Amino acid sequence: MDQLIEQLGQIVGPRFVLHDPDDLIAYDCDAYTIQKGTARAVVLPNSTAQVAAVVQHCHRQGIPFIPRGAGTGLSGGATPLGGEVIIGLSRMNRVIEVDVENQRATVEAGYINLKLSQAVAGDGYYYAPDPSSQQSCTLGGNVAENSGGPHCLKYGVTSNHVLGVTLVLPDGQVLRLGGKAVDTPGYDLVGVLVGSEGTLGIVTEITVRLLKKPQATRAILALFDSTTRAADAVAAITARGIIPAALEMMDRQAIRAVERGNFPVGYPENLPAVLIAEVDGLEAGLGEQAQQILDVCRECGAFEFRLAQSPEERARWWANRKTAFGAMGKLAPDYYVQDGVLPRSRLTWVLQRIEAVGQKYNLMIANVFHAGDGNLHPLIAYDHRVPGEVERTIAAGSEILAACVEAGGSISGEHGIGIEKKNEMHLVYGEHDMAVQLYLREVFNPDELCNPGKVFPTPSRCAEVKQLVASSREHT
Amino acid sequence: MEPIIQLSERSQEALNNCVHCGLCQQACPTYTILGLEADSPRGRIHLIRGADEGSVGLSEAFLEHMDLCLACRACESACPSNVRYGGVIEEVRGQIHPQVEPRRSWLERAVRRWAFRRLLADHRKLRRLTRLLRFAQRTGADRAGARVLRLLPGHMAEMQPALPPLPKRSGRETIPPLVPARGTPRHRVGFFLGCVMDTLYADSNVASVRVLAENGCQVVTPGAQECCGAVMLHGGDAEQTLAQARHNIAAFEAAGVDAVIINAAGCGTTLKDYGHMLRDDPAWAERARAFSAKVKDLSEFLVQIGPVAPARAIDETVAWHDPCHLAHGQGIRSQPRQLLQSIPGLKLVDLPESDWCCGAAGIYNIEHFGMSMQVLDRKMEHIKDTGVGTIVSANPPCLLQLRLGAHRHGVELKIVHLVDLLDRAYGQRPL
Repeated sequence: MDQLIEQLGQIVGPRFVLHDPDDLIAYDCDAYTIQKGTARAVVLPNSTAQVAAVVQHCHRQGIPFIPRGAGTGLSGGATPLGGEVIIGLSRMNRVIEVDVENQRATVEAGYINLKLSQAVAGDGYYYAPDPSSQQSCTLGGNVAENSGGPHCLKYGVTSNHVLGVTLVLPDGQVLRLGGKAVDTPGYDLVGVLVGSEGTLGIVTEITVRLLKKPQATRAILALFDSTTRAADAVAAITARGIIPAALEMMDRQAIRAVERGNFPVGYPENLPAVLIAEVDGLEAGLGEQAQQILDVCRECGAFEFRLAQSPEERARWWANRKTAFGAMGKLAPDYYVQDGVLPRSRLTWVLQRIEAVGQKYNLMIANVFHAGDGNLHPLIAYDHRVPGEVERTIAAGSEILAACVEAGGSISGEHGIGIEKKNEMHLVYGEHDMAVQLYLREVFNPDELCNPGKVFPTPSRCAEVKQLVASSREHT
Repeated sequence: MEPIIQLSERSQEALNNCVHCGLCQQACPTYTILGLEADSPRGRIHLIRGADEGSVGLSEAFLEHMDLCLACRACESACPSNVRYGGVIEEVRGQIHPQVEPRRSWLERAVRRWAFRRLLADHRKLRRLTRLLRFAQRTGADRAGARVLRLLPGHMAEMQPALPPLPKRSGRETIPPLVPARGTPRHRVGFFLGCVMDTLYADSNVASVRVLAENGCQVVTPGAQECCGAVMLHGGDAEQTLAQARHNIAAFEAAGVDAVIINAAGCGTTLKDYGHMLRDDPAWAERARAFSAKVKDLSEFLVQIGPVAPARAIDETVAWHDPCHLAHGQGIRSQPRQLLQSIPGLKLVDLPESDWCCGAAGIYNIEHFGMSMQVLDRKMEHIKDTGVGTIVSANPPCLLQLRLGAHRHGVELKIVHLVDLLDRAYGQRPL
């Protein structure tokens, strides 16, 4: 047997080292399915100590490794290029401490996002960042990607809620960064870590802020006969200084997908656009906030409104919206989601460009929009079995990103760069800017063993990394 | 490599709906317990795709992941694009089991063959066995007998505490072939006895016929019917399943009924799938489709026709456990609750994760005892937290498993079938 497998087995137990090809195949990608690779092995440790021992071993042997949570990432952050050891955190799914009085909780990295809110709901608290994958995604993954979600409009993304982490450095040392307080002396290393996509080390424990559940919420649906009118309403809401808790938009194709999916709401057939708005806070004053939103939408041409009459109805609307990506499966066997950011005022222009791209490449594109903060998710539907379709899809995606940048926006709102957008980094950063980022990575990850080949288009020491990966691959 | 499976069109379509999003993970008992991607619905689908394409073969790893699935279908309820995974895993097992049969020990093969093709397929053989079990129970020999059971493959010995006090007679021996409706007859229905249901829970079958009669149904119970074939289907003996299907379709055709009523969730799902199973058999395709269209779960049927309001009060607090094949497999969740709430005096308490699998999964508990008990533990923790004294459900494997769970966790728990409570509330007037 491969010596590495045996040695890893001594650290975590042979049961928790996978090396059979038919065990590894399940780890050949995350939710970004366009690119796949074969890992050398998958290890499932149960503690920080085990993670550190595995990392130390890999470091000594010069074997690259990749941290993986639930594998729901959308940019290939957990995808092997070939020959890496995947360190899966799914067994590290325990709560370490819930400190409701001080509004914080410490959990292991494999703990599920939604479960945290559920665990503290009884005390009247919740964990605010709510990515649509929250029923599956892990907090470790959230930290790696600096995940957002519909309610991050008002409450901020993951980085606003992480107080401290336990980090295993790429050489196996264990560090505690940050702490229980909102601010700690010295450099904000937690801030550096959050969003680093697993390229600076492996987070094994996380201390997060908990928020008190709002006293009340109002959820509103506004139906429009065009995305332009809906976009105008979004701009108008923002212009009036209203900050909803969430403000989401879906276009015709996206609505088609979710209505055919498992959690339909009952939108009218062929609805061109819908806005889902939510306000929360003290009961007194909520009615007025909701009314303001209704007024703005009416002025911008909404032809129908619905106000959620019960928590169940509100939950149904959100289940419908949050399963939009998965529901694309109803329209085509595969989908590729883009993650562009753009100024809200340019939304209509970008949507028109997207439609043109769809026609150019003969691909159907649905749009889901975190309207409140200008984060657009075009979803390109395709079938990988059709010759040439994957290439056209990638090309279409690239053109869409370029349009976002042209409109004054950026190439990633929340899904990370991973593998997917390495090449597009050049659109946003010059060589010098990129070099500075790479200097930082070298401080943590000088041998580039930790999640190599992710985020940046050229590894700092390209040839060496390729050699490492290749020699590791020889053993698979 | 030559593909080891060839998926039907329905399964291909199901797989096409999967976009690898992973939202099924936390709904899946094996994933939440093991944390292995290949033991999640998404991972299994990925493997199945590989098997269908010829890139995955009959490796130990592949087989283990396919076998470890409970087929609870909780993933179907969680999936954004409605991937009908249950039918896929059944079909895959049906295709791979014959190929790996030679790898089993001779004893295992013999026991499986006997169980699927003799014991369960013929009600007389099962009846003989349950008479023996009842004798053992009444003489106390069953605990001693458990030692003998240890010689057999699987964990049948550990299942011994699951057995309820066995009834003296089966439903088949008690229920007249034709039972008149009480009052004006509104419907003529067929009643499906089942195999384990009719022997271990014969009283619930008798109760079911009483409840149907109370609701204006003339009830026909064809004597020729046999086991629905679900256990063979889940166990990978597709050939025997089809034999059962043909047999039962013929048995009920002669009865000329508006609906075929089944009170066991696992059986209901299989009966409703006869149409798909026999789609390629020209002699049976239309007959199977017509049969399946008539199949209704007891709770589904009663709510559909508008049940007679039960008059007798039952002053008890109960919680309802959703059998997987009822909730996920047939989408029947509100009807049992509605019926329970219609019983005067009955207090229905919410069981958190009521649709979390109990771990029985047909005979999975015998084949994968360790995993089955881990799944059961999560269910039992919730039950203990509610503090109820009675759990209500509607599927023999669940009833057995919950009884075993109560024993293992040292809780006093009455495990009853939904129809038992309805029957009491209707006054249990003799047929």
